[in-house]
Amino acid sequence: MSEQSIAGAGSAMTVDGDRSARARAVIVLLCLALVLSVFLSLTSGASDASAVRVIRDWVTGAMPVDAALAARDRLIVYDIRMPRVLLGVLIGAALAVCGAVMQGLFRNPLADPGLIGVSAGSSLGAVAIIVLGTTWLAPVTLAFGTLALPLAAFFGGLAVTLLLYAIATRQRRTSVATMLLAGIAISALAMALTGVLIFMADDRQLRDLTFWQLGSLAGATWPKIGTVGPVIILALAAMPFLSRGLNALALGEATAGHLGIPVQRLKYTAIVGVSAAIGASVAVSGGIGFIGIVVPHVLRLAIGPDNRYLLPASALLGASLLLIADAVARTIVAPAELPIGIVTAVAGAPFFLWILLRKRGVIDL
Amino acid sequence: MIEARDISVAIGGRRIVSHVDFTARPGEVSTIVGPNGSGKTTLLKALTGELAYTGTVTLNGRDLASMKPVEAATLRAVLPQSTALSFPFTVREIVRLGLIGGRSGVLPGEDARLPERALARVDLDGFAGRFYQELSGGEQQRVQLARVLCQVWAPVLEGRPRYLFLDEPVSSLDVKHQLIIMNIARDFARRGGGVVAILHDLNLTAMYADRIFVLSRGQLAAAGSPTDVLNDELIEKVFDCRLKVCALPSGNTPFVLPQSAA
Repeated sequence: MSEQSIAGAGSAMTVDGDRSARARAVIVLLCLALVLSVFLSLTSGASDASAVRVIRDWVTGAMPVDAALAARDRLIVYDIRMPRVLLGVLIGAALAVCGAVMQGLFRNPLADPGLIGVSAGSSLGAVAIIVLGTTWLAPVTLAFGTLALPLAAFFGGLAVTLLLYAIATRQRRTSVATMLLAGIAISALAMALTGVLIFMADDRQLRDLTFWQLGSLAGATWPKIGTVGPVIILALAAMPFLSRGLNALALGEATAGHLGIPVQRLKYTAIVGVSAAIGASVAVSGGIGFIGIVVPHVLRLAIGPDNRYLLPASALLGASLLLIADAVARTIVAPAELPIGIVTAVAGAPFFLWILLRKRGVIDL
Repeated sequence: MIEARDISVAIGGRRIVSHVDFTARPGEVSTIVGPNGSGKTTLLKALTGELAYTGTVTLNGRDLASMKPVEAATLRAVLPQSTALSFPFTVREIVRLGLIGGRSGVLPGEDARLPERALARVDLDGFAGRFYQELSGGEQQRVQLARVLCQVWAPVLEGRPRYLFLDEPVSSLDVKHQLIIMNIARDFARRGGGVVAILHDLNLTAMYADRIFVLSRGQLAAAGSPTDVLNDELIEKVFDCRLKVCALPSGNTPFVLPQSAA
């Protein structure tokens, strides 16, 4: 790190081919964007509750003119919008960072937890708890209580990621083509098993499932954040320690090892971290697609693939985008609400196709 | 010193290298030559710990198998035959990766300019801002060499010699850059480091090698100085090609011309 202090000392001096100054500037901008998105999210919604007034009253300690209205607004802002915003930040950051880490791990810009079946595995775990939680899996729900669902989602995602890695890696080389194809097959299998579970579900469970599967931040409550928040924060906090290793991994596993990176430990940490964060995200908000692929890709164009900057920048942009998508989802058809998965897919899928078309010659399967 | 005893490597049940003894001394350029498929790269990968092997490899007297990746990285750098890249890094960013785990051995403040110095060494001055993926094969090979040089910039660190492992470092280079790269290797050795290089060009080998290891079908066919090893019989036996080994009138560097093939 001594290098940066030296480069920073000559402030105006830019070193040819060194994009770290630009990356830091972009990260500062993204921080501002996140603050704006949080503000936008807190102030918009189906009700006319004014977050600004609630916060102003809280800060100044002023007594509101209409006490009943103020109490309602406080309820809406504190108990509905704030947890939702916080959950949006956590999940948006988790999806984008996990996308970036997966892409670094598989050495491919198209790897994404949603695309290669990690999310499907998490879904299977979660659905199993919803449907079988009172019968076959009763001991699990009894033992872990509210943690059972996120845990099941975590192990579902972990199982798929490990299986994928085992299938796609031969003699220490991970084949991307095998990985993508195996991901499709494993996704299909997980979805089929999920289908079987849905077939077994009763009417009440079906309602739970449908809402959950569409993907939404609508279920955000403080207790839910208390459950999955620590998991996501812990997983995300571990990721920056992987950034140098992931950079080296871009040169191949063998070369990363020669550069002094403990490659096996790096891979396992990344896989466990991604599974934990994705599992927790899927458990509370269902499958939200494309954030994990669009965000890192856009950022690589802007600041380059150096994971030391890419990972924090992804977290910031992912959080902002998900908040904006959520604001769209809950205002565009108000007072009803569009599942956020639909919003991200409508915006993300064409973008993904555009990447594919641009890279047709470059991405070698 | 790098000492390898009784090295055997099997891949997928097929034995690629069998019972090879190998020694590389600091201050010397040691080259591995042999026909295609004779196990050169496999031997190098065993010596760098990339492939599982039987036998023992020691670096400066320490067992390679018991070293952590970062300990090995401070003692030796490895240039692979080719490196495909998955993301759009600039040349400078690639070269800088050489500083990730090892220790360049320059003063702390000098690390910042090391990528530029390394690029200048390999005749890529001014390439720092280019995208790696847009360079030609030969230029990419030299960028990778610059990265490797950054990792072990000082050939001797804290009194201990360090090593360069080069797998066909000049395979896609023009003649000028072949000489530049080989001179870098020789210079690294003259300053107290050790170099292990796989080469195909017997003339470059004869010019730069202090010690030659000839592999044939996974076994050591000969080892020694260029004048000891490079002779008509060995070349015919190992390369299955009848060539005449000649010597320059001045000095005793042997040379081989393909025109002499009978």
